[in-house]
Order: sequence, then structure tokens, then C-alpha cells
Amino acid sequence: MSENTILNIKDLSVIYKTDLETVEAVNGINIAIKRKSTFGLVGETGAGKTTTARSIIRLLPAVGHVTGGSIEFEGKNLRELSEEEMRQYRGEKIAMVFQDPMTSLNPVMSVGDQIAETIKIHNPELSKEEVEQRVESTLAMVGILPSRKIDYPHQFSGGMKQRVIIAIALACEPDLLIADEPTTALDVTIQAQVLMMIKDLRERLGTSMLMITHDLGIVAKICDDVGVMYAGKIVESGTVQDIFEGKNHHPYTEGLFGSIPDLKSKAKRLNAIPGLMPDPTNLPKGCAFAERCKYAKDICFQEQPKISVSGTHKLCCHRFDENGNKKEENNGQS
Amino acid sequence: MANHDTEPLLQLKDLKTYFKLNGGAMLHAVDGINLDIYEGETIGVVGESGCGKSTLGRSILRLIEPTSGQIIYKGEDVTKISQRKFRPLRQDLQIIFQDPYASIDPRKSVIEVIAEYMLIHKTYKRRADIYNRAAELMDLVGLARRYANMYPHELDGGRRQRIGIARALSLRPKFIVCDEPVSALDVSIQAQILNLLMDLGDELGLTYLFITHDLSVVKHISDRIMVMYLGQAVEIAPSEELFNNPLHPYTQALLAAIPEPDLSKRDIPFKTIKGEVSSPINVKPGCRFCKRCEYTKPECEGTNKPLNEVLPGHFVACELHK
Amino acid sequence: MSENGTTAAPVPQEHLEFKRQNQFKEVWRRFRKNKGSMVGLILLVIIALLLICVPFLVDYEDAITMNMSMKLAKPSAEHWFGLDSYGRDLLARVLYGGRTSIGIAVLATLSACVVGSTLGAVAGYFGCMVDSIIMRALDIFMSVPDILFTMAVVFALGANFVNLLIALTLAYFTNYVRLVRSQILSLSELEYVEAARAGGSSSARIILSHIFPNAIGVIIVNTTLNVAKIILYESTLGFLGLGMPSPAPEWGQIISDAREYMRTAPHMLLFPALAIVITACSVNLVGDGLRDALDPHLKS
Repeated sequence: MSENTILNIKDLSVIYKTDLETVEAVNGINIAIKRKSTFGLVGETGAGKTTTARSIIRLLPAVGHVTGGSIEFEGKNLRELSEEEMRQYRGEKIAMVFQDPMTSLNPVMSVGDQIAETIKIHNPELSKEEVEQRVESTLAMVGILPSRKIDYPHQFSGGMKQRVIIAIALACEPDLLIADEPTTALDVTIQAQVLMMIKDLRERLGTSMLMITHDLGIVAKICDDVGVMYAGKIVESGTVQDIFEGKNHHPYTEGLFGSIPDLKSKAKRLNAIPGLMPDPTNLPKGCAFAERCKYAKDICFQEQPKISVSGTHKLCCHRFDENGNKKEENNGQS
Repeated sequence: MANHDTEPLLQLKDLKTYFKLNGGAMLHAVDGINLDIYEGETIGVVGESGCGKSTLGRSILRLIEPTSGQIIYKGEDVTKISQRKFRPLRQDLQIIFQDPYASIDPRKSVIEVIAEYMLIHKTYKRRADIYNRAAELMDLVGLARRYANMYPHELDGGRRQRIGIARALSLRPKFIVCDEPVSALDVSIQAQILNLLMDLGDELGLTYLFITHDLSVVKHISDRIMVMYLGQAVEIAPSEELFNNPLHPYTQALLAAIPEPDLSKRDIPFKTIKGEVSSPINVKPGCRFCKRCEYTKPECEGTNKPLNEVLPGHFVACELHK
Repeated sequence: MSENGTTAAPVPQEHLEFKRQNQFKEVWRRFRKNKGSMVGLILLVIIALLLICVPFLVDYEDAITMNMSMKLAKPSAEHWFGLDSYGRDLLARVLYGGRTSIGIAVLATLSACVVGSTLGAVAGYFGCMVDSIIMRALDIFMSVPDILFTMAVVFALGANFVNLLIALTLAYFTNYVRLVRSQILSLSELEYVEAARAGGSSSARIILSHIFPNAIGVIIVNTTLNVAKIILYESTLGFLGLGMPSPAPEWGQIISDAREYMRTAPHMLLFPALAIVITACSVNLVGDGLRDALDPHLKS
């Protein structure tokens, strides 16, 4: 892999295993995040986005197991690190922001102390004054008055809390920030504020980012590369231009775009995708999307599609050949 | 499309719902809403959390008792009658809830949930007729009949929301409050439910009050849109008009904050507004948005701003547009 | 409008028969799956049958007639459990003691449940002043330690079956008040209760068809678990000499008597203790099983 890649996930598979069932949450995905760029992972509930993120920082719930693949961060396979070494990576090199700003902060600690805690863990050599200074500059960075460091989480509103959480994540200037739906719980005007702040900070600090979201609007606004996830697989990936302006798409991506009410078009009915995501405890042997796909042919139910590559654009669909060109359609409608 | 020359189906006149907080302070959740709702139209109500849009929907149905004002339905002010007398009216005025998990009793089977309202109102004499009708409703909302005896938790969010819709339709209502019916659902399921609601609206001639925080959804489904901020309506306009020509600074900020799935706007930064929504506790008269507004003038405070019709059908409550 | 194009053709009429009695069948089906609980249930049934049939099996006289010449005799073919320090047949005493102990435990639990649930329902449903009065009174009640309170009642009224019942009811009803009140308060906040109101349900209908069925599971489970607790608690009272007056047998008292002879005649302690442990365990097992069986989310 090139020097330019900060995180390289190869063939990652994760299952959740309980006595009753085995959920195949992530099934062999490949993601490469370039230095100083933002990778958007898009998909619906249960597609495996959060599982992927948690596998990277190795914070899966007890029933979750990585069954295969490698996660290379700056050339080191994170899966081979000891728990002790991994702890060094968490927070200092890779930080994560969770979805719910209401429960991610400790309610009985002032926000200043919570930021200071993270800074102290990773920089034990700093003096008390220096830590305080870092706390203040971190708060200022996310647009909160440094004098508010003595306040407690309940004195902040939802958007402010999410800023504090991002401040904590950025306090040690990590190389990679994983943001799991950071604005889903926020109102739209507040979401806009937080997104602008994230964009601005990313440019100033040069942080690479993995942005998990279900909102294609957010992807268009701040991501450089995109992966569309469905039933534990990345069905389509490429640059934002490939996804938003390219011609050839995976039928699921098409369906996602069709499902969003367009602010400009006057069409009354949405092009909804029929049906539901397949049961992750019992995935079909063919393409997981075949059952909902309007282009589905016999082969789609029988065989897993291979990856088609054209430049930066990758697709995983039987409709395209290995060079990403649409195959001749003779027995199906297009 | 609604005919605005006829009598409105439902009229809200200066509707107010206040909540008393511990310590005696008053939370003005809904503060003086005036709205005429015509038969067959869909009115979208948008606003951010805490703007009182859900309270408004529930106040119209008297699930929360309004503090003052009038709700005129069939020429009668229904806020003055007792809950017992209001009960028959519930057949006409219905609601679809936001959370398809919390709004359905986990101990009742799908068919029991759908039949419940009809059993209460004894819509048919024979129980068998009621269950037949419930099964027909399942067809209508696109729920396969084989789910009839299942329990709600065995179904996914989209199907559960279909149960909620079937239940709301069971009494053949004229007016339905849709309280964020799709915000708990995934994008692809959301589109299925929106399509269903629109089809049903056309087919059965329903009137909707569609409450949501999602502007693209509201644009898509509504004929007219009311924008709420801290308990008050700041702008009411036909859907197209509101999106093409938003006049109130808050509406403009809301529209500017939507992340559109469109790369052409990628490098245009959001025009963000400063600050956050506060709570409407013991509010003083005056424009409630003025603290966050970039055009604030001294006149903005002091008196409440009435909704002025600045263009035909386009009302706005702002000092800039009189 | 069909979902996924799979909307089925009309299903035969009987398919639409709604299933009401199903609820109990369903609970029973899931309860049966839990092996531990089934063992508990079988044990309980055996214990119950045994205690009911005791008068036909053993003479009450055996339990109270003293035979000082054979005191502390070890278990034998004639006296399966041996004799106690007064030469009374231990098997008869444990069996008749069980009738008293379990009888008191069940009755005390039921009366605590009825009194507590009623007060809790009143407090939760009417709210405001009524709620405040009941809950403040309860706070005072709960500030006195249970054991102290029960001892005071038994001392004041004298130890007999009815007074023990009163004392135990007073010691345990507080749990139910809090439980039922909190259930009613939290359930009436739920959206499906609001949905019922939106459909025109009256308050009575809401309570009967939505709040009660959803609260009943918690109450039943609490009740079964309480039976076990009261058996142990009542034994404690007997142990302290506050149980049924002598010579009437009762588990706690038998153990209390056995204390002195623990080293010389361990059988005197072993059998009543085993009886308590087995009963308490089986009741707890059944309670746990019921809790799982009544939870609709575990239905598979």
C-alpha cells in the first residue's frame, strides 16, 4: 500500500455469536483511508457500519468476534497488538466520537476535568498549568468559551455537548478520528454548526476521518471518499464524484438516492426500495440485495458478485463486468 | 388539492398550551397558534426539537389539554366540551405516532391492535365484522395477513408503523395528525411509508397535519407548511413558495442548513445561525428569534409579531416584512 | 401499495380468529422450556400435595406427644427423621410445621400483595394529594426496620396465627405499594396508552386492557419471590421465639430448638433446614421462570 494510506482494512469479517444465533455483521470489507482525507461509510441500521468502526479501535461488545482480515494503521496490524499497546493507540492516535451526546459524558465531572483527563493520560509529562492551557485551547477550538470549563455536562445543550465530545476526541490530536453518526441526534441548524466545525478543524489539524452516517447530504458536504454498505458488505465505493456524479451504480445506491425526497424535483412518489434488509443470521448465498433488486436475474440469487473496478470506482454487482462496464443485457430489463 | 373557498375543516384560534414547571414558571409550549385547515390538504409543521410542534398536534386532539384558545370543528368549539363528549369525535380526528415501538401495546397481537378502536366505538355489531374490517385494513396498508396473529416485537419498524397507520385509519377519520411518522425509520423504509401515506391521503381524501423536523420530507408531502419557533408560527406558506422564497430569517436559516446530496453545493459553507434554541419559559413579548437573528432591530422586542399576509397565501411574522 | 408485492390473497376465515386464551398457553409453553423452573414447579406440587395429605399420613399427636425415653434418637425405620429433644417425631413435626409455615407465608404474601397493590394503584392513579399522603405515610413505615416492627407487633398482640399474619403483612406490603405505583406511573406515560386515549378509550378501559396486563407480570413474579422470603423471615421469627406458641410445630422454631443439639444430634437441624431450603429454592425457581415466561420480548 502506498505511503499515503493511513488506515487499510482488508477482508474484515466480524460476527456476533450468542448461544442462540450467529449474526454475520461484517462480511469481508475493504476500506482504505487516505491521509488527511475523510472517508464516508453510508448505510442503514444493521448494515455493519458501527461494527466496523468498533472493530478498528477493538471495542466490540463481548459477543463480537473478528473472524478474519487485517486492520493496518500506519503499517501496523491493529489486530496483532496486545491490549496494552492498543490502549496507547486509542485516544492518542485513533479517537472515536459516538452518536449520542447525552450519554457519552460523565455527568458528575466538569467538562474541563474530562478533557484534562484525556490529555493527562496521553501526556503524563505535562504540568498542571500546561494541561489547563491545553484544555482551554481545546474548548476554544470547538467554539466554546474557555471559561465554561468549570461547568457540568447538564449545563450544556445537545449541540454543545457534542462539541465537548469532539473536543475530547481531538484533545490529543489523533491522526484518525472515527465519528459514528455525530450529528444524528442534533437539530438541523445545530447539525450545520457542528458539521462546519468538523470540516474546519479537519482542515486545520490535518486529521484523517472515518465518518459514519446514513445521510447522503452529509457525505456530499464533507467526505472525499465513500463506501456504501449493505448487509455487512461494501457494495460500492469510490470518490464522492464517482458516487454522486458517476453514471454506473449499484442498484442499492440507486435506491438510496431514490428514497430521499428531492428538494428540487416535483415528482410526487418516491422510488422506494421494496422489502427489507436480509436477516443477518441467515444471509442468502447470492447477492444480499438480490431480493429487493429490480434488476435481479437468476445468477444474482446463485452467486456472490465479483468486484468491478474502473479507476477509483469499485462496484459489487452482477450487472457490471470486471472493468466496471455495464454488461449486455439480453435477458433482463435495464 | 384543497379548496380554500369553502369552510375550513378545522380552525385553530389563538391556541395556547402552557405547562407549569416546578417552581411556578410557565413553559409556553404552544403560544397562540392560528391556523385554518381545509379538507383534503396536507399541512406540514416544521421546527426544531422543543418548538412545540408535537404539543400542538396533541393539543388539537386534546391528548394534552390546551390552556386557552379555540379549536373549531364542525362549527363547534371542541375545547369546551368534556372528554366524554369529545370521545365520539375521536373517530374523525386521529393520530399516527412517531415511535413504532412505544406506540403499540407489546401484549396485543397485530390484529387486536388494529381492531381495538373499532371495539371501543362498536363500529360493527358483530365482532367478526370488526376483525374482517381489521384484515381489510391490513391489506390497505400493505401488511400481509399472515402477520395478523403475530406480536408487534416480531416485526420490524416499517411494518410496525404500518400497524399504527392501519389503527389510525380504522375509524375512517377525516383528519390525521402525523407526528414524525418516519423519523424513526431507515431511509429506504421511510420512502415506503411516505408513499403509503400519500397514496392513502389521495385515495381516502384525508387531511393531514404532518409534523416533522425533516425539511425535505415536509416539502415532499405538504401542500402548505407552517414553520414554528419556540411555540409560535413564524411563517406559513404554500410548500413551493416557502422553499423558493423564504422570508423569515429563521426559515432561511433552516433551509440553508439542509445538507443536500448534491456536490455542486459542496464548497458553499452552511450559513449557520449563532446560538441554540432555548426553552420558552416565562417568555417576554417580542420576536422569539431575535437573539439569534442577524437582522435584529430594537423594534423586534416588546410586542408579539402578528402573521402578516405579505404575498397571497404567504404569511410571515417578522419586522422586516410588514 | 402492497408490501414487496407479497400481500397474500385473503386467508381463510379461521385464520383471522383472534387468540385470547393464547396468552396463557403461550406463557405456559415458554415456562415449560425452562428446565430449572419446571423442576421447581414439580417440587412445589409435590410439597403442596404432601402438606395437604399430611393428616391422612401422620397423626398430629405424633408431632406433640413427648417420649422422653427416646429423646434425640437417630433416624430409624420407625422414625424416618428421628426424634427431637423432647422425644417428638421429627417427621411429623416438619410436616405439620410446613403446613403452618407455608400457610402463613402464602396468606401473608397474598394479603401484603392485595393491601399494597390497592394502595399503590390508588396512589399512582389519583396522584397529587392522595399520592403524597400515602407515600409519606409509607416513608415513615419504611424507616422502621422490618424485624423490629414485626417483633413489636407480635409482642403487642401476642403470638398466634392471625397476629403473625398481620405482622408479616405489615412488614411486606410496602414493597407492593412502591412497585404498583411506579408501574402505573411509568406505564401511563407510554405512547401506546396515549394511543388508546386517542382511540377514545375510557380510563377504566385503559387500566384494564393496557396498564394491568403489562404490570401483572412484575407483580406475579414479585409475589412468588416474596413467598420464599417470608418463609425464611417467618423462620427467623420462630428462631427468635416469636413464632407460633409451643408446642405447635413450625419450621423456624424446630430449628431454634435444634440449636443446642447441633453437635450431638445434627439430624434435628438438618431436616427442617432442608425443608426450608428446598421450598425456598423451588419457589424462587418458579418465580424466575415466570418472569422470563411473562416477558413478551423473549417470545420466540
